[in-house]
Amino acid sequence: MVRACVERFYFDHNATTPVAPEVIETMTPYLRGQFGNASSIHQEGQAAKQALERARRQVADFLGCSPKEVVFTSGGTEADNLAVFSSPGHIVTSAIEHPAILAAAKAHGNVTFVAPGRDGAVSADSIEAAIRPDTTLVSVMHVNNELGTVNDIEAIGAASRSHGAMFHSDGVQAAGKLSIPLRHVDLYSISGHKLNAPKGIGALYVRQGVPVMPRQFGGRHEHGVRAGTESVPLAVALGAACALDRENSGALRDELEAGILAQVPNVTVNGRGPRVPNTTNIRFENVEGEAMLIALDLRGFAVSSGAACSSGAVEPSHVLTGIGLSKEQAKASIRFSLGAGNTREQVQRLVEAVAASAAHLRRIAPRVAHV
Amino acid sequence: MSNPLWAVAMSGGVDSSVVAGLLKREGRNVIGMTMQLWNQRRLPELASDGPTGRCCSIDDVYDARYVAQLLGIPYYVVNFEDDFEKHVVRPFVDNYLKGRTPIPCTLCNNFVKFETFIQMAEGIGAEKVATGHYARITHNQANQRWELRRAVDASKDQTYFLFGLTQEQLSRSLFPLGEMAKADVRALARELNLPVAEKGDSQEICFVPNGDYKAFIEAYCREQNLPLDDRTGDIVTRDGEVLGEHGGYHSYTVGQRRGLGVAAGEPLYVIATEPETRRVVVGRGDDLLTTQFIAGDVNWISIPPITHPHRAHVRIRNKHLPAPATLTPTESPARVAVRFDEPQRAVTPGQGAVFYAEDLVLGGGWIE
Repeated sequence: MVRACVERFYFDHNATTPVAPEVIETMTPYLRGQFGNASSIHQEGQAAKQALERARRQVADFLGCSPKEVVFTSGGTEADNLAVFSSPGHIVTSAIEHPAILAAAKAHGNVTFVAPGRDGAVSADSIEAAIRPDTTLVSVMHVNNELGTVNDIEAIGAASRSHGAMFHSDGVQAAGKLSIPLRHVDLYSISGHKLNAPKGIGALYVRQGVPVMPRQFGGRHEHGVRAGTESVPLAVALGAACALDRENSGALRDELEAGILAQVPNVTVNGRGPRVPNTTNIRFENVEGEAMLIALDLRGFAVSSGAACSSGAVEPSHVLTGIGLSKEQAKASIRFSLGAGNTREQVQRLVEAVAASAAHLRRIAPRVAHV
Repeated sequence: MSNPLWAVAMSGGVDSSVVAGLLKREGRNVIGMTMQLWNQRRLPELASDGPTGRCCSIDDVYDARYVAQLLGIPYYVVNFEDDFEKHVVRPFVDNYLKGRTPIPCTLCNNFVKFETFIQMAEGIGAEKVATGHYARITHNQANQRWELRRAVDASKDQTYFLFGLTQEQLSRSLFPLGEMAKADVRALARELNLPVAEKGDSQEICFVPNGDYKAFIEAYCREQNLPLDDRTGDIVTRDGEVLGEHGGYHSYTVGQRRGLGVAAGEPLYVIATEPETRRVVVGRGDDLLTTQFIAGDVNWISIPPITHPHRAHVRIRNKHLPAPATLTPTESPARVAVRFDEPQRAVTPGQGAVFYAEDLVLGGGWIE
């Protein structure tokens, strides 16, 4: 529950984004009056089908592909799972993927996890070295969710294909922040709620001719890849979100980062590879990240640290330990991810709150001997 | 700050839920926090559906979160699994393997609930932490010490597990239930419409499902690749007469009568476990009687460290009726010689010895 008494400042856009007013406006008719089933033959059905296909074209334009290559899913996780389980043989992926890939690949069973560099990037060379003759799928995320680091998916895709493997990239954190080079990509996942659409909708780009194995069976929806009556309002929302104008120069993120580096001693930016312009992951030596997160939340600032486990407690991030940080360093790190709603004034207030919290936490830290 | 922030340690049980409800009703600025201490899925071979010993289960977190939501207070789950394992679980296992009978609740209070948790609370800006413990804290103006006192509800008193609290820890802690009877706490839970009003009390040691220590220790040792040496051996009398064999000395505790599997003309009790010889020594009830022992790592609470012999009532188990004794300082300030006026049954190494003067907890230490 968000208490109204404290003004809220949202700096966790990599977790989810607010739904854009234009998106709500575009989808609302399909919740209110236009309720048809896109598979029906009658006029209601045709109207729904037209809306669905218009949305598919918007997603295709956004990705730079043909509408026939867009499969709507329930979100990024389903898109990732479809990709992983389409691999008949060995899979090569990175150790810092989203759990939707990591857990699916473990369930698939035949997988090699490749370590990233300390800068947070996964190199094409390291991926290529892990490819075996029986490798049928390489999956490497375009942008890491916790660090914002960008992988060279053109090079990784080219390397994968030169060995005859399909290349999938989880683009959930890249879509809307970067141009998407699909030239060497066979499968690409996006998620609506990271793009100012609601939760519950995503899409998988499937290059024409690439065989995707369905995970659920029923009707012949979504080219037979994904059975189940399409959610027209959600698909329309994703289409509308893909059509939004997006500008992010990264100036606010840079200001936030520079402000924290200037005002707080002993801080380090985690993952200094090329990054998307909205994310910074900062390590505050000798600070309990979980405490800072809660302290900031109580003052109105939403940020993130690690990943929530089933109880809601924070566990050290596998991404941060994956790039070589110790468990303690991982627990001392906070992710700030900006979005359209953030302002300079908010950033300045966040810098002040972070500096005050870090100073307070460091002042009390030595009293307790963590032996 | 006119209304300082207080953090309530919420377990999802009725006691801590009432604490949160009570403070909220008083108009305090409170937040709820649940400590994630142990991953129940970690030792899958111990999985059970039993209702006891379900520490940190998703159900309890669900209940705590629901109560916080009903009360309209911010709520967080904080992860202390590393500290809990280091300060509580590992020492618990090590002690059992050394033939001692540890009390993990005290270690948890000393090193996690009133240390890591208080630090976390302070870190987020909370001045005090409130818990559902049955005990009272008072401040003595004359000697400027924080005092710990037994709960008004003697049947629920938890001071036996709190003897390790330092002055600093006590100064930051609140026990709002210390003045209340358990029945009144439940009544208050109903009055506050808390969904946990009829929830059963927690039992046994929270991280050991169904109280089966032996199974837990063995599963933990396997997981940690700790050498599970052969711990079987003989059951012997004090004179060394072999009465039978046992399946592992770590499953016996001093004073235990049942489960020995040896027949004798009169009831036999475990009077010692000897890891070196892997023997479990048994004897008659009278053999369990002890008059004196040494308490180590003594923590003084309501009085400064003693320099002369001091009279007190000493409790050597949670359910033990404190017995009159004389405390005598030794050469080492943290060690105190305890001499009972009358012999007491089953003084068990590894357990706590808590010193009382009426309802006041003077301090306590570990039976050596």
